[in-house]
Amino acid sequence: MQPGLIPPANATFFGIPTIIFSWLIPLVGVAVFTYIIALRMAPLVRAAPDNRLDRIPQRIGNVLKIWLAQYRQPRYMVAGVVHIVIFAGFLILSIRSFSLVIIGISEDFVMPGFEGMIGHFYNYLKDYAATMVLIACGVAAYRRVVVKPERYAVPAKYGKEHTAEALIVLGLISTLMISESLFEASSVAADTHAGRPTEFLVPLSLVWLCKIALLPISVESLQRIHVASYYIHDVTFFFFLCFLPMGKHFHVITSLFNVFFMRIDRGSVKPVRHGIRDEDLDDLESFGVKKLEDFTWKHILDFYSCADCGRCSDNCPANTVGRPLSPRFISIKGRDLTFKNYPIYPYGRPFKKSEDLIGRTYEEDEIWSCTTCSACEQECPIGIEYIDKIVDLRRGMVDEGIVPQSLQKPLRALEKRGNPWGKMEKKRADWTKDLPEDIKIKDLDKDSAHDLYFVDSITSYDDRMQAIGQATATILSKAGSDFGILGKKEKDSGNEIRRFGEEMLFQIMKEMNTEAIINTGVQRIITADPHAYNVLKNEYNGLPPVEHISQFITRKIKSGDIALAGANGDGKVYTYHDPCYLGRHNDLYEDPRMAIDAIDGVKRVEMQRCRDRSFCCGGGGLMLFYEPEEEQRMGVLRVEMAAQAGANVIVTACPFCLVNIEDAVKVAGMEGKMEAIDLCELIVQHLK
Amino acid sequence: MEILVCVKWVPDTAENEIEVNRDGSDIERDDLVYSVNEWDNYAVEEAIQICDKVGGNVTVVTVGDEETEEVLRREMAMGADNGLLLHDDAFDGSDGRGIATVLKAAVQKGQYDLILTGAQADDGAAQVGGMLAAMLDYPYASLVNKIEVDGDTLKVGREIEGGNQEMNAIAMPCVLSIQTGINEPRYVGIRGIRKVASVEIPQQGVDTLGIDAAMVGAIGARVKRLDYFVPDLGEGAEMLEGSNEEIIAKLIELLKAKGGLK
Amino acid sequence: MADIYVYITHKNGVADDSALELLAAAHKIDASAAVTAIVTGSGADLDKVADALAASYPKVLKFNQVALAYPNAEVVRKLLVNILPANAVVLVPHDTFGMDLSPGLSIKLDSTFVADVVDIEALDGSDLKLIRQEYAGMVSTHISADIAKGAVINVRPGSFAPDESQSASGSVEDKSVDDSDLKVQRTFLEVVEAEMGDVDITKSDVLVSIGRGIEDEENIEIADDLAEALGAVVSCSRPIVDAKWLEKSRQVGTSGKTVKPKVYIACGISGSFQHMGGIKGSPFIVAINKNIKAPIFQVADVGIEADILDFLPEMTEAIKAM
Repeated sequence: MQPGLIPPANATFFGIPTIIFSWLIPLVGVAVFTYIIALRMAPLVRAAPDNRLDRIPQRIGNVLKIWLAQYRQPRYMVAGVVHIVIFAGFLILSIRSFSLVIIGISEDFVMPGFEGMIGHFYNYLKDYAATMVLIACGVAAYRRVVVKPERYAVPAKYGKEHTAEALIVLGLISTLMISESLFEASSVAADTHAGRPTEFLVPLSLVWLCKIALLPISVESLQRIHVASYYIHDVTFFFFLCFLPMGKHFHVITSLFNVFFMRIDRGSVKPVRHGIRDEDLDDLESFGVKKLEDFTWKHILDFYSCADCGRCSDNCPANTVGRPLSPRFISIKGRDLTFKNYPIYPYGRPFKKSEDLIGRTYEEDEIWSCTTCSACEQECPIGIEYIDKIVDLRRGMVDEGIVPQSLQKPLRALEKRGNPWGKMEKKRADWTKDLPEDIKIKDLDKDSAHDLYFVDSITSYDDRMQAIGQATATILSKAGSDFGILGKKEKDSGNEIRRFGEEMLFQIMKEMNTEAIINTGVQRIITADPHAYNVLKNEYNGLPPVEHISQFITRKIKSGDIALAGANGDGKVYTYHDPCYLGRHNDLYEDPRMAIDAIDGVKRVEMQRCRDRSFCCGGGGLMLFYEPEEEQRMGVLRVEMAAQAGANVIVTACPFCLVNIEDAVKVAGMEGKMEAIDLCELIVQHLK
Repeated sequence: MEILVCVKWVPDTAENEIEVNRDGSDIERDDLVYSVNEWDNYAVEEAIQICDKVGGNVTVVTVGDEETEEVLRREMAMGADNGLLLHDDAFDGSDGRGIATVLKAAVQKGQYDLILTGAQADDGAAQVGGMLAAMLDYPYASLVNKIEVDGDTLKVGREIEGGNQEMNAIAMPCVLSIQTGINEPRYVGIRGIRKVASVEIPQQGVDTLGIDAAMVGAIGARVKRLDYFVPDLGEGAEMLEGSNEEIIAKLIELLKAKGGLK
Repeated sequence: MADIYVYITHKNGVADDSALELLAAAHKIDASAAVTAIVTGSGADLDKVADALAASYPKVLKFNQVALAYPNAEVVRKLLVNILPANAVVLVPHDTFGMDLSPGLSIKLDSTFVADVVDIEALDGSDLKLIRQEYAGMVSTHISADIAKGAVINVRPGSFAPDESQSASGSVEDKSVDDSDLKVQRTFLEVVEAEMGDVDITKSDVLVSIGRGIEDEENIEIADDLAEALGAVVSCSRPIVDAKWLEKSRQVGTSGKTVKPKVYIACGISGSFQHMGGIKGSPFIVAINKNIKAPIFQVADVGIEADILDFLPEMTEAIKAM
């Protein structure tokens, strides 16, 4: 009986004991990796603070769900499944890879806990894992090279295609899988030649196939393959490790942290600077993000973590209609700049002095193009944030006076009159004048009431949207609510003021509204404007509970205070358009649907993009004033989506959605074929 | 370059519905909001941009009281270096000539290479810049929508009829009245305004300026506003009825009367 | 009563329309006044203008100066200061030249200045009562001007009906001086013409503005025809720009241009306040819409319930037939 193959720990190469390489490769690899990571940490240390160590149990929950269980991956089925296979394979094979490194030094090493049955079972598992990973790499490469999904494309203005890097990495992963299998298969093949008992190889696995392929080969050759494949694996493994922080595959390392530290709150934007109270904002030297280091460390970690999968931009309505914004490239450009300013090589080169981001890395129009709809954040599989970055960049621009003229006008009007149109305060309640006598609205400046109806600017002043106010008041009144309005004391809720970066103006609106609301002594706030709902609920403090009118309606339907007549075969097919600030920002998906469905015999269909994949209508508040470059309007696309779903009535629950969609119906030339209506108007139509 | 920009705090017509009060003595001011005269904003932005390019200081000046001092703070928040408030009870009721007289005295107290004004104000008559220039014997150009600095001379564009631009060479020191659209004025946020909220702004009056009080204020004014009134404008549209032919005949008459058809 | 002078602007040998409007204005100050016209310039065009003016003005003062081949307010001011009597009343059209000339002229003459006058009510002793507009035309105001030391009055073009009686058979007096006496600190260089095709709707007195009621890109032609017949410019509301039927520079509204025309003809525009927010200066608004409930009828001066696709071509025909 011949002896088995000489293991790498005992082999020689031209007389040199290869164990030297077994020591050298890991030592050099780990040293280089440590150096790179230390450099990558530098900008994080210099960046703005960010409080991400609170609510640890919730964060661990996010890691388990979003990182470990890859919860968001299957939203793109093929890519998602491929990724889950590679990810799971990596997790399984990490133990094997670690063991292998030590086996090069000590041939009999077994990972503690992996002796006996568990070890055998693990071996079967990792053999299949390696096989699956190799297949997944093949599929991924095929997609990259042949299928070329559109979301991977790099528009010319953003530089060259990223396909090469993707293929290199797929090649490295495949090399790891094949070399590991050859290492083991060569040993088993030699044992088989010698008639020794061999390790059982699971059928159809990569290593099993390798063994069959290697069987006809001589023992000498097997010996060479055995040692060579070991060192190929060893070198590839450490090269891969050091290559990861050079590009988009950094996410292999950072995604765990990125998910752990990801934003937990919804519906709010970050404070100007973590650790500074609103009252102390005046003391800050500078506002917002102007230079790279003004981003928080989590935001720079976001740049590192972006896997370039393109899901954000694929869902971004601004990107879809041809505005100059692609969230994916907010991250990629941020990453490239960080790498450029904090170079790895040559050693000792000083960090670059940071320059203004606007005009160099990002463009003004790019940053103003975002409607803050949150579709990108909803989609990102590793919890990258965009809205906070965009808002911070806008804060920086506002601080420098870089604001398009089209936005300066409404901002000034908001400062002076509390509404973006500059309409007079005393006319804020004029919409109530056309209501029938039996609908009583209290003026909370004089009377007290249980509920406050917060109207907000557009519903107060826009001729068309005033109908939403009237419908809301009618519902509140018929459902027996004891309610009133603030009248001229009400100011714009400020949701968009804040998101357009004019933080101090937002603070003024917030203070004035808060004081006015608290003085009324109401027990509950009800609003039909999701933007007001969002900001009152998530960004004001010390207010009574806030309810959206759709919640009020379903509550009152259940309690029997609202009774609805049937649709009586009106021949209409309704579809509900989820407003971003109800849905994605506040998880309010069911109440509006339940309210519509409470109309007996109503026919309602869902658009393909609904709920958390709802497509923004074009944006509200100050976005109505901004003049983006775009090829088409978001609203028009949305109307087309509704038509595709077979609907002829779009029901919204937001005045801005109604403005945009009603306009879009006309622009799309679908008047008479499609109509838009607010939920409140629909309910009033069917009130018994 | 030392630049003086004359600015004014005015009721904002974009954000106000201007109404005449009951006895017609004034406009209804209770619900008015004030802002920097739009044209002045462009003038200050232009001054700042010139100084960014060639160096120098921008001083903003207004004739008014402690309340209208706000206009100086807004412009300083925008980037003007100094403010100067010309305040004296004797200035009250000045006509355009009176204001120009006060400004002339202030100009002579300083050393300015260039004096800018807005081309007009919503409650004004597009007059002060030209008067000030004549009083100082400085050359003047109105409705300026382009300025290029060329040593001691400026190349300025004036907006003339038909959207054409009349280019002139003008020697400094000079007075220019600035037309909107010459630049894109930067945004002044709440933060910027608060930063300059407590800056001390120097004041000058009749004595410090050395003005003859009889030449300014209501006493010196040769032009007085007697009352305000609203020209007749009916409520809602008058609907034209009849056949298209009849309607068109009526409409053509109306257009002729209103200057829509010559 | 002082002598009244009218400064005449002219182009290509033809006096501006304001020449006869200001004559009417002068007679509103003093019906019996002998009004003198002042015309400056150079060459044959100047002579032509001066001779034509003699039919309306009893006296025409002509300044033929090389320095005024292109109008220069500083040069004109020098000339006028030399010849005008101490208490002269000078009427000047309130246009881009008048705005350049008059304020400084009044200082040099030590006389009273009133800008942008739209009407003249009465002369009482040395108090002249005039009407001006303020706040972008939202309110009017009566002005009392003391003209004891003379006055320079800028009159808004188009405010007075021209005096076309041609009742004078006046004389032309050449008052030209040596050009070397006319050195000034401001020199004319050139006129940069506005870019072709780049229509500035903010500069037009009459706008034919179209909205969704135009229905199709091909129909814009009918608005173009009407605008051409009226000497107007076509503007629009946002949907037209969104549909890319017209350039963004044609859009009236809070997200478009702010316009201050005299007459605004809203064709098939519903009249959202975002749109109306772009219309300033209280123009005469004509609304043509087939939807009687359109809010535009609330703000318009005159409303017509009609389909613009039928109405506009008929109107164009009627105007062309005039």
